[in-house]
Amino acid sequence: MTQDVQNVVDHFNLFRSPEYKDMFADKRKNFEFAHPDEKVEETAEWTKGWEYRKLNFEREALTVNPAKACQPLGAVFVAVGFEGTIPFVHGSQGCVAYYRSHFSRHFKEPSSCVSSSMTEDAAVFGGLNNMIDGLANTHSMYKPKMIAVSTTCMAEVIGDDLNGFISTAREKGSVPADFPVPYAHTPAFVGSHITGYDNALKGIVSHFWEGKERTPGEKINFIGGFDGYTVGNLREVKRIFDLMGVNYTILADNSDVWDTPADGEFRMYDGGTTLDDAKAALNAKATISMQQYCTEKTLDYIAKTGQETVAFNHPVGVAATDKFLMELSRITGLPIPDALTKERGRLVDAIADSSAHIHGKKFAIYGDPDLCYGLAGFLLELGAEPTHVLSTNGGKEWEIKMQALFDSSPFGKDCHVYPGKDLWHMRSLLNTEPVDFLIGNTYGKYLERDTGTPLIRIGFPVFDRHHHHRYPVWGYQGTMNTLVWILDKIFDEMDKSTIVPAKTDYSFDIIR
Amino acid sequence: MAKLRQIAFYGKGGIGKSTTSQNTLAALADLGQKILIVGCDPKADSTRLILHAKAQDTILSLAAEAGSVEDLELEDVMKIGYKNIKCVESGGPEPGVGCAGRGVITSINFLEEEGAYDGIDYVSYDVLGDVVCGGFAMPIRENKAQEIYIVMSGEMMAMYAANNISKGILKYANSGGVRLGGLVCNERQTDKELELAESLAAKLGTTLIHFVPRDNVVQHAELRRMTVLEYAPDSKQAQEYRDLAQKIHNNAGNGTIPTPITMDELEDMLMEHGIMKPVDESIVGKTAAELAAEAAAA
Repeated sequence: MTQDVQNVVDHFNLFRSPEYKDMFADKRKNFEFAHPDEKVEETAEWTKGWEYRKLNFEREALTVNPAKACQPLGAVFVAVGFEGTIPFVHGSQGCVAYYRSHFSRHFKEPSSCVSSSMTEDAAVFGGLNNMIDGLANTHSMYKPKMIAVSTTCMAEVIGDDLNGFISTAREKGSVPADFPVPYAHTPAFVGSHITGYDNALKGIVSHFWEGKERTPGEKINFIGGFDGYTVGNLREVKRIFDLMGVNYTILADNSDVWDTPADGEFRMYDGGTTLDDAKAALNAKATISMQQYCTEKTLDYIAKTGQETVAFNHPVGVAATDKFLMELSRITGLPIPDALTKERGRLVDAIADSSAHIHGKKFAIYGDPDLCYGLAGFLLELGAEPTHVLSTNGGKEWEIKMQALFDSSPFGKDCHVYPGKDLWHMRSLLNTEPVDFLIGNTYGKYLERDTGTPLIRIGFPVFDRHHHHRYPVWGYQGTMNTLVWILDKIFDEMDKSTIVPAKTDYSFDIIR
Repeated sequence: MAKLRQIAFYGKGGIGKSTTSQNTLAALADLGQKILIVGCDPKADSTRLILHAKAQDTILSLAAEAGSVEDLELEDVMKIGYKNIKCVESGGPEPGVGCAGRGVITSINFLEEEGAYDGIDYVSYDVLGDVVCGGFAMPIRENKAQEIYIVMSGEMMAMYAANNISKGILKYANSGGVRLGGLVCNERQTDKELELAESLAAKLGTTLIHFVPRDNVVQHAELRRMTVLEYAPDSKQAQEYRDLAQKIHNNAGNGTIPTPITMDELEDMLMEHGIMKPVDESIVGKTAAELAAEAAAA
């Protein structure tokens, strides 16, 4: 039972060894008082039927495995996208440990973020002292250029006033008088990480813009929204902008801080939107958001300054990328270069090459509202059916928009949208109305296990596959990646079901 | 359009805060001001006299029904009362459960996001009791109420509460723009009430903006769920509220940073006016038997 230093066995295999198997069986027999296997099996089967689905969808008071995270996660995502900026979460430590580990597990990079470490006394007396000491410590220890403050549930329930606290801390000398400390109230029990993204970004731009006069210029602001592929996507967008000759500012550019090179130097901060650029972004001609539902309040605020604002819904696919580029061309007055037109042609060619395999396949998708919309649009374009589209943080407006998308395509006829539902609802959907593939984040693996629907990992977080965040999913090349990921799974499944010689494998056909 | 004025009424529970504020706001409406009342009391009775009914559809009760406050529309919660005064009640939990303070925060955020303040001249927050926690301080934060009016009377505890509220304002006044607009004394007919109220106002570094005399017509109007302004517009009391409204209207930008006093100073003040007898420290904590024994020994 003991491990051998020369041959340390991973827990996968360790627990399969006879002594562990016997121990588990013994525990089950003597201590667990479990229901008989047949009963468990019978109940499990019952949960797969329509009767259970009906009950499941009538569920009111309970959420099981929601496909969303909380506001401060989105706020931290935004904060690290600015030059030398450390996210400061006003609240208890455990929350901050969650944001850091969540991002580290997805991006495989350290994620720096500090907490004001509120405890019992702060809950009673208010967190002012935590703010004063926390800002002072953060400023002196981590030498940031900006500290972006957000909040957790605890600070919000007791009603801590960030604006007042930060000015008091400033007066007490925690940070220099002119040191930027933008803030956003991000109660974790309201909305989701996309709301937090919106609030935090609005907090930062309004911090720099409030009371300033706008002198309209020619630059374009670009906002990616909360995006698991931010590293690959923002780099791809920059490439596209450079090809077109667009003069741009990416707001909240976290593509470098979550992809630092291993060259012996630790970078707590890397890249990011410079604070000067953030200030000057007020003068931009227009602001483009790739994800409408991540930037509703921010775009409202920006529009009020006199800029044009344009929002997309996580565009993936030929038509969606066309629309993005044409809008970009319209706003900037710059033509779409031949290089991009060629990329488009290659993508169309690739889609045509694989069309036979993807056409008519049924998919279930879950994730953030914009991601769902973008992927569903792409699938419809491929002649596939996004049969179930579910978003826990999607609302009524998103529901209407998704339905309009379905209605715009003959392949959308039997597709349904499920706003505000969770992954346990998705389980019922997959059991009662099976589809060929499921698209979702890492947590979809349990749906794959329970329903046998093969999972294509697209979304956030992806903990159990490495480096996909380095690849873009936007633009023609990004769409190509998305297409390949979908096709890889289709072919893997095809191979799996044709692997037994002379039984399922008739033709020796190695070509797909 | 004139700049939006935001004011708030605070005061000890039962002091007549809601009655005073609704009558004053009705008088302001008579002056042609477009008014929004935001009731920040779980009892949801801050708009009863304007609406002639207790508002049933509070923001939080509807949000609880709908599942979340994001599912609400402004029309669901905003009621129109006397002289087109817009009324919303934040509502809140039953006594003893939940967090009413958070309810105030949620409601005010909701109203701001939904654009409830567009096209309004006055927003008035009516807040329960003391500033007991961060939530009830929401209306005095930056970019909310510019002036706070404290409704009080000549009673010890009402003055104590007024002092406490001043402490709350002071906390936010240094970093934000909130100021104490003044005290409104709602007469209880206690001894030397006017004198005391003026003296307290001076100590707090503010003024007694108006002394509202006691008049039974207020009760008569209240039984009919009406303001005096509506029930008996020609009465003397209605004129009192008109005067108060005019004073508040003219008081824009005249608020001060309060200078709250200690409990001892408050007691000293009561003694100065002969309301409280000086305490004989030698008898504090002694039982009747002990005092009798001391007297016998002497």
